[in-house]
Amino acid sequence: MSLKRNNILASFRAVVACVTIALAGCAPSAGELVVYSARVEALIKPILDSYTAETGTKVVFVTDDAGPLIERLNAEGANTPADILLTVDAGELWFAAERGLLKPLDSPVLAANIPGNLRDPGNRWFGFSLRARTIAYSSARVDPAALSSYADLADPRWHGKLCLRTSKQIYNQSLVAMLIAEFGEARTEEIVRGWVANLATDVFSSDVKLLEAIAAGQCDVGLVNTYYYGRIVREQPEFPVKLFWADQSGSGVHVNVSGAGVTAHARHSAEARKFLEWLSGPEAQGMFAQSNLEFPVSPAVAADPLVASWGPFKQNPINIAKAGELQADAVRLMDRAGYR
Amino acid sequence: MTTVAAPTPSRTRWLKDRHATGAAVLAFALALPAVVPLLVIAGSLLTFDAEVWAHLSRYVLPEVVLNTVRLLAGVVILTGIIGTALAWLTAVCNFPGRRFFDWALLLPLAIPGYVMAFVAVGFLDYSGPLQSGMRAAGIASAWLPAIRSSNGWGVIVVLSLALYPYVYLLARSAFTSQGRRVLEAAQTLGFSARAAAWRVALPMARPWIAAGVSLVAMETLADFGTVSVFNYNTFTKAIYSAWFGMFSIGAALELAAFLMLFVLAALWLERHSRSRVRYGGGRSGAYAERRIELKGKARWLAFTVASLVFLVAFVLPFLQLLIWAVKHAGSDLDIRYFGFALRSLLLAGSAAGVILAASVVLAYVTRVQAGPWTSWFSRLGTLGYAVPGTVLAVGIFVPMAWFNNLLQGWLAGVFGDAAPAIYLQGSLVTVLIAYMARFLAVGFGPVDSSLQRITRNIDEAAISLGTTGMAMLKRVHLPLLRTGIATGAVLVFVDVMKEMPITLITRPFGWDTLAVRVFEMTTEGEWERAALPAVVIVLAGLVPIALLTRRGTHVA
Repeated sequence: MSLKRNNILASFRAVVACVTIALAGCAPSAGELVVYSARVEALIKPILDSYTAETGTKVVFVTDDAGPLIERLNAEGANTPADILLTVDAGELWFAAERGLLKPLDSPVLAANIPGNLRDPGNRWFGFSLRARTIAYSSARVDPAALSSYADLADPRWHGKLCLRTSKQIYNQSLVAMLIAEFGEARTEEIVRGWVANLATDVFSSDVKLLEAIAAGQCDVGLVNTYYYGRIVREQPEFPVKLFWADQSGSGVHVNVSGAGVTAHARHSAEARKFLEWLSGPEAQGMFAQSNLEFPVSPAVAADPLVASWGPFKQNPINIAKAGELQADAVRLMDRAGYR
Repeated sequence: MTTVAAPTPSRTRWLKDRHATGAAVLAFALALPAVVPLLVIAGSLLTFDAEVWAHLSRYVLPEVVLNTVRLLAGVVILTGIIGTALAWLTAVCNFPGRRFFDWALLLPLAIPGYVMAFVAVGFLDYSGPLQSGMRAAGIASAWLPAIRSSNGWGVIVVLSLALYPYVYLLARSAFTSQGRRVLEAAQTLGFSARAAAWRVALPMARPWIAAGVSLVAMETLADFGTVSVFNYNTFTKAIYSAWFGMFSIGAALELAAFLMLFVLAALWLERHSRSRVRYGGGRSGAYAERRIELKGKARWLAFTVASLVFLVAFVLPFLQLLIWAVKHAGSDLDIRYFGFALRSLLLAGSAAGVILAASVVLAYVTRVQAGPWTSWFSRLGTLGYAVPGTVLAVGIFVPMAWFNNLLQGWLAGVFGDAAPAIYLQGSLVTVLIAYMARFLAVGFGPVDSSLQRITRNIDEAAISLGTTGMAMLKRVHLPLLRTGIATGAVLVFVDVMKEMPITLITRPFGWDTLAVRVFEMTTEGEWERAALPAVVIVLAGLVPIALLTRRGTHVA
């Protein structure tokens, strides 16, 4: 009881101290590594804490959507307190790099730990966990033998059976960008039009809702990031939906990364680099990916047992920087095709 | 008119000019936080991304313009009707449960629109418990209208239920402050009770209802969270899509500029239409007078309508939130929530204080020195409420960071290496300035409409007694403005509690609030886990609402 009261007192004192500092507008103190993160607190804090415990380097962070964070970095310019930008999509890192907000990092450790297609060819950003977007299907109504590729979901035999999330979601923008990289605009537009024609219902605002719709029988197949599926089956092992690895006889499953780069004006470049190298190492890789049921980028590290149970898959080897490069084209293409 | 009679006409004129300039400068200063981002937005019109525009105007704008107009019209009409009707029932009439509904009908204010949307879609969609339950019981559910239907009925209803309290609260202030005497006077002039309501009480309450509906309209235009849950593509969605999807900030700002022009035109029309109307004075103490006793069926109709709105707009979504919150409280609720809540309350409280003070001054200078500049500045200053949140947040952050860098450069020039590192753009001062840019309309609306009800006669009486300027504000107007100020303060307080984009970008390191918590959960699609901070937001929002209504029954 008294412990609780002490805690309350302590947080109260911390708040008062914060107010004083906050009013004056002080930057984080020197020697602290500062992270601007579009990856939410719950998915980074445990990792940052263990880094601090291991190395003694304190890390502070602030979370927001990637768009505002990038504008923030840009506006702060040379005076930015941020050392690292962390996002949940490669396209956003590509955009930040394009605007000169990230600096190249010549690190043999990162080059060895992270496969070449999952980092910037100019070494300005690196993927640290892998997010696969693939086909989910009703285990009650669909024979997996009938499934094959993303493009196949445009076939009229799926008419009225497909569920998609909104095209405003960046994961779908990246997926379509990668399809453009592979098939060109014309063919990709045909595919997307086919998807739209096959929709069972209006597009969804989240992958979770989409998976629930498949389970409820509103549609038979859909496209999802695997960790959303993982979260559901972890709680409901009998969930009547299964994952299918798309394009295995073609170019492979579309992957994206949650990744990071060192800011162009970082004050703690050396520490930032050390942190990223640590993040690509075996211990951090396991934690980083497992905290959200994602895949480690490092092939040497095992995924969470649940994730591993979905079996190995071939991933699309195109460099994910393409997702950023072609994202605006993808958005326009989806607008043209009437994909809401 | 406001200065004391001066010895010579030329001297009076000079005094007036000086006052008018002072008033305009003051109005400009108060409007500045909102004007700066608006200038950033307007500046985008100088360059034109022709390629993006060709695409937008062909494939995107037709849909979003139509959707936005439909949403706006639907929500404005629905909130206008629900808000005004309920306010009439609870402020003027008497029916079973009136005392309870009087304050209870305000509670939906505390539930963020996007949360209500998520609950509604979650419950009513094909895979939700209602339709699943029906199918399990062997009843077909396909005939039910789809809540996410692209004609937008679902989002219109949900947004209306979330926003009607703005109209309700303002209309309620109008009806309680105009007093029953007005109705009685109308009836002695031969109007029936119904005609008195329609032709006297309603027109007299117009500044309030208009202020409430304007707030609703602006919030609807700026909304991103609620429409996103429904995938209903509005102008705001097009702005974000150009920005984050096509990486074209230029096009995003240009779209925002058009949105602002539309809002300005609407505001101008609304003001113009009642600029020649003068509103007579209300008398306090109206509560002491007799209410209209509803009889027979009308009593129970009133009860049913009020209960239904309360049930759908508050009880059901809150229950759902509670169920989810309890489910996740075990793993998520910890000592840090004390800090989240404290910081939310602190920010909301100080924002309410600052914004209401600014609103009173702004409304007051616009009244006593009504020049074209003053009134334009006051209008611009309230425009921030219609700007999509992230656009406004970045529009404030960017100039603040620029200013900070300028100052830092200067410090470095003076102190060299010993110069302290400053971080203005991430300080509480910036947070408050940004809130002011966004929520000035919310404080200004109620205060301004109360001020319009204080007649010139009162001013003149005060002047004849030698009370002018700030003394008049303090001794004559402020006491009459109490209801308006309290109303504005509650609205600002609750709005700040729910606000996300500005808090996210300007908050100092470590200053996570309840709304930031909601963001942390929803951004990863963990809506059910977001229920816990959402419930705490609702509970914290109840405090000022309770205070307001207790005040209301005692004072107004």
